[in-house]
Amino acid sequence: MPGIDAADAAFVRELVYKRAAILLDEQKGYLIESRLQQLVHEGVSQSVAALVADARSGRGEASVRIVEAITTHETFFFRDVEPFEALKKTVLPLLLPPGAPPRKLTLWSAACSSGQEPYSIAMMLLEHFPAAVAAGARIIATDLSAQILAKAREGRFRQLEVNRGLPAAYLVKYFDSAGGWWTLKSKVRALVEFRQLNLLDRWQLEARPDVIFMRNVLIYFDAATKRALLERARQEIRPDGALFLGTAETTLNLTEGWSRVATPKSAYYRPRPPGAGGLP
Amino acid sequence: MKAMVVDDSRATRMILKRALSSQGFEVVEAADGRAALDELTKTGPVDLALVDWNMPVMTGYELICEVRARRELDRMAIMMVTTETEATQVQRALDAGANEYVMKPFTEDVLKEKLLLLGMGRE
Repeated sequence: MPGIDAADAAFVRELVYKRAAILLDEQKGYLIESRLQQLVHEGVSQSVAALVADARSGRGEASVRIVEAITTHETFFFRDVEPFEALKKTVLPLLLPPGAPPRKLTLWSAACSSGQEPYSIAMMLLEHFPAAVAAGARIIATDLSAQILAKAREGRFRQLEVNRGLPAAYLVKYFDSAGGWWTLKSKVRALVEFRQLNLLDRWQLEARPDVIFMRNVLIYFDAATKRALLERARQEIRPDGALFLGTAETTLNLTEGWSRVATPKSAYYRPRPPGAGGLP
Repeated sequence: MKAMVVDDSRATRMILKRALSSQGFEVVEAADGRAALDELTKTGPVDLALVDWNMPVMTGYELICEVRARRELDRMAIMMVTTETEATQVQRALDAGANEYVMKPFTEDVLKEKLLLLGMGRE
């Protein structure tokens, strides 16, 4: 595989930091190279060097495509299992107490990539909380990349993708298969609303979310950006809401605006009242 | 935790055995459904069986039906690992009593993620 020029790699690092506040250290050279090579294979440009040259001169959509390609992360259904178990067994039963009229839930998947996370939540709601679905529950799914959102909206997955993390019972219940593709049924897709959103920009969510999945996102940002995102999430979420972070992520040493609630194998976070936040 | 790998391909058995061993399982092997059933009858149930569908002598589907019909073996978790990729086949396996289903080809990550769904393996 042809390499990437050191100056080009530095330009890409700066571009990704400016547009997405994502820090790529020197060790991430392989990531930059492999993602840009993928764009070349897709016919976006003749070579990695030509692609970076286009981005430098502002030609076409080269810089947008580069940022999207590098910030798109791997995902699969019910990733890590435990957050979805905690949502099902602890968080949603608290938000939907028996006997009370079901509230209209808003769940936000903040970096949804190709859609496996919001669709996992949607299937879980259909399976275990049909009254909440009937009451108008919806999942807002956002990502920086327009290209990955187009794939997510289709709700169509290859065999290898549905092999990953998806219970077989859900596969046969919520998907139709044809020609090697597995397509989510419309009742699952109807629960998820996809929107393009750069987390650094203004969040326009309309309804305050009851639950936020912001998993495997903070790890890419510097401490100041992590802190700012966690504070904005706290202002945005409903007072009795719950925030789920990735397995390797925490609010520790960033803000005291969230309290950690331990679950059998993991944790989620509840917002502390206004005034309790700030630096630890 | 004890697991059994049931597949007529020696190469596949080796791949699955290695993957399960790295997840902390003690692994035994069988080359077809009949051999698996004989071994289980002799030694008792394992915690988990990974079962291919198409095998000589006794298929994986027939093995699952036999295991689910025997009270002394019924507590085993069974994961089908097969080239059968039609939704109707997945449904048949689940109806017969399979707990999970992996379509070949697969990666070791796929197996680990399915084990988590069964509450097994290491995170």
